Amino acid sequence: MKISLFVTCLVDQLWTSIGVSSVEVLRRVGCEVEFDKRQTCCAQPAFNTGYRDEARQVARRFISIFEESKAEAIVSPSGSCTAMVRHYRELFADDPQWLARANAIAAKTHELSSFLIRVLKVEDVGASWKGRLTWHDACHGLRDLNLKTEPRTLIRNVRGAEFVELEHADACCGFGGTFSVKYPEISVAILDQKIEAIERAGVGAVVSGDASCLMQIGGRLSRKGSNVRVMHLAELLAADGIDKKRGL
Amino acid sequence: MNHLSSETFRENARAALQDVHLRGALKNATSLFGERRKQAAANLPNWEDLRNQARAIKDDALLHLDRYLEEFERNAESRGAKVHWARDAAEANSIIVRLGIDRQARTVVKSKSMTTEETHLNTALEAAGMQVVETDLGEYIIQLAEETPSHIIAPAIHKTRRQISELFTAELGMPPTDDIAQMTRTARATLRDRFAAADVGVSGVNFGVAETGTIVIVENEGNIRLTTSLPPIHIAVMGIEKVIPRFADLDVFLKLLPRSGTGQRLTTYQSFITGVKRASTDEGPEELHIVLLDNGRSRMLDHPLTRQSLACIRCGACLNACPVYQQIGGHAYGSVYPGPIGAVITPQLMGIEKTSQLPYASSLCGACREVCPVKIDIPRLLLHLRAEIAPRKGGIAERLAFKTWARIMTSPALYRLSSAAGRIVQRVIPISRAWTKGRDMRPIESKSFHDLWNE
Repeated sequence: MKISLFVTCLVDQLWTSIGVSSVEVLRRVGCEVEFDKRQTCCAQPAFNTGYRDEARQVARRFISIFEESKAEAIVSPSGSCTAMVRHYRELFADDPQWLARANAIAAKTHELSSFLIRVLKVEDVGASWKGRLTWHDACHGLRDLNLKTEPRTLIRNVRGAEFVELEHADACCGFGGTFSVKYPEISVAILDQKIEAIERAGVGAVVSGDASCLMQIGGRLSRKGSNVRVMHLAELLAADGIDKKRGL
Repeated sequence: MNHLSSETFRENARAALQDVHLRGALKNATSLFGERRKQAAANLPNWEDLRNQARAIKDDALLHLDRYLEEFERNAESRGAKVHWARDAAEANSIIVRLGIDRQARTVVKSKSMTTEETHLNTALEAAGMQVVETDLGEYIIQLAEETPSHIIAPAIHKTRRQISELFTAELGMPPTDDIAQMTRTARATLRDRFAAADVGVSGVNFGVAETGTIVIVENEGNIRLTTSLPPIHIAVMGIEKVIPRFADLDVFLKLLPRSGTGQRLTTYQSFITGVKRASTDEGPEELHIVLLDNGRSRMLDHPLTRQSLACIRCGACLNACPVYQQIGGHAYGSVYPGPIGAVITPQLMGIEKTSQLPYASSLCGACREVCPVKIDIPRLLLHLRAEIAPRKGGIAERLAFKTWARIMTSPALYRLSSAAGRIVQRVIPISRAWTKGRDMRPIESKSFHDLWNE
């Protein structure tokens, strides 16, 4: 299947290995991956902060670019950005033409684990990673896209990985986009509950589906000098047992 | 730490985070309520159906609110109640004060009512020379402490057992103890006398049934039963959104409300009050007055999106589930209604001028929507309010930043340029102190994914 990768601005700038790993996993399961170099952001920062005009401009551009693609699906390693594309309908509620275009794009946009399990029906991507790990449910993936079993199924099929459930895995990590810098003290107080749960789990790695949560959790773990590493699901699924620098 | 303003939310929250007693009390209470709710919901196989039914009933009630309110008024008055319509808090208070003065009332007992907190009725009654006694244990505690409720159903949730014990010792002369039963007995003994002496009883209303004119109030302590039956006059204050069409609708709501609030299958008491006593030998008050309060509610009716804000049955489940509320508690919001639903209804009731921080006091995690028994889409409402607030109150720097951001994100050339610039800039100046105070910042990659793909 031919797919178009929406890598997200965060991954593009701050965490490229998530993008590289996504490509590797998608190719491994037989997808032809295209990448439109005109892509930037899904518009979520403006939408979530209340700047609808600015969000509309960026959303229109996202729609225009991706509707040119011949790919059957748009796949993104982010539940939050995928959910944002599903929110486009709220931006164009009064504009039937753009609304139809937004709905068409939303219908073919999938988060990575959801695409693998629900669309491709692949539960085992042939990954191997040795160690004890846990999963943090990123809020938008969990509550907007209803992704609960999908990532867990994929993780359980990683050879060598010992999966343990995190206490309150579905509790927010406190990131919340601009919330994390508008109210940093509250954001970190919420985060510390997550960090305590991770420490109690006694794992070597915490895996999640959104770079934003991982930046939040990883930033605190690093500040506290913890040895627990944060890993995106794509990175885990790309792992083949050998730690190496990956390229496209 | 009391009577805070929504305008200083940021500072209020900072102070709350420093309060170890508060955070300990909150952690215990919110997780206990949260767990009990989860269990109670799981034990009803048709929980989702009930939520859908409840919402459908509320949607219908709100869409035809004028009709149902008039039906309610007709049926309540035909059974001997008197219905008063109050446009705002001041009007509601003056109606109630007038009723008290006309009957030369000296003591007013009150059962727990968020609506009278909203109108600040106690202040109005006291200004008119009446003594007001809160009879719900939690409300009584905060009245003694001269505070305000910090939770919709558990007003003193922010207080530890020890703090309450010290309060009772200081105010009621109770010998120091940490025995909850002993503390409850002390409050009970004091309150019993007040009930006996009261001239007026004031209550809230959980549901007003249009079909029969019945008001329904649920509770666990029996103080509502006493407030509404012992004094010669009962005044019930009811937000206009509390009306439901049919008596049979209560079946759904009385399953959802206690389970969502405290995790109970049924509250200890449920009072169904239809009019006043018929014969002089009957028990109960001689007069029942129902004050229907608008106070900004009808503004929310205009738009189908904001209308759902009025479906709230004040169970408090969204507060317990909210990661922000769990950390800072209710007082920091500086509003009568705290937590996620408070952040939704306060700016709509009072306007955004002084409340513009509240819709931003959320990570938009959606836990509130997940537990809401009437499926209010709270995150969507918060986003809607943010869209009203940002262009007007966002501040010039923020507005300019998002304008620039949109320019960059709609131009691949500018995006490439700023991505390259970002790599240089981050070496010279720290990107965001707000972020780095508590967390390390992940450095910008030396090559973007775009660069890697090109190679």
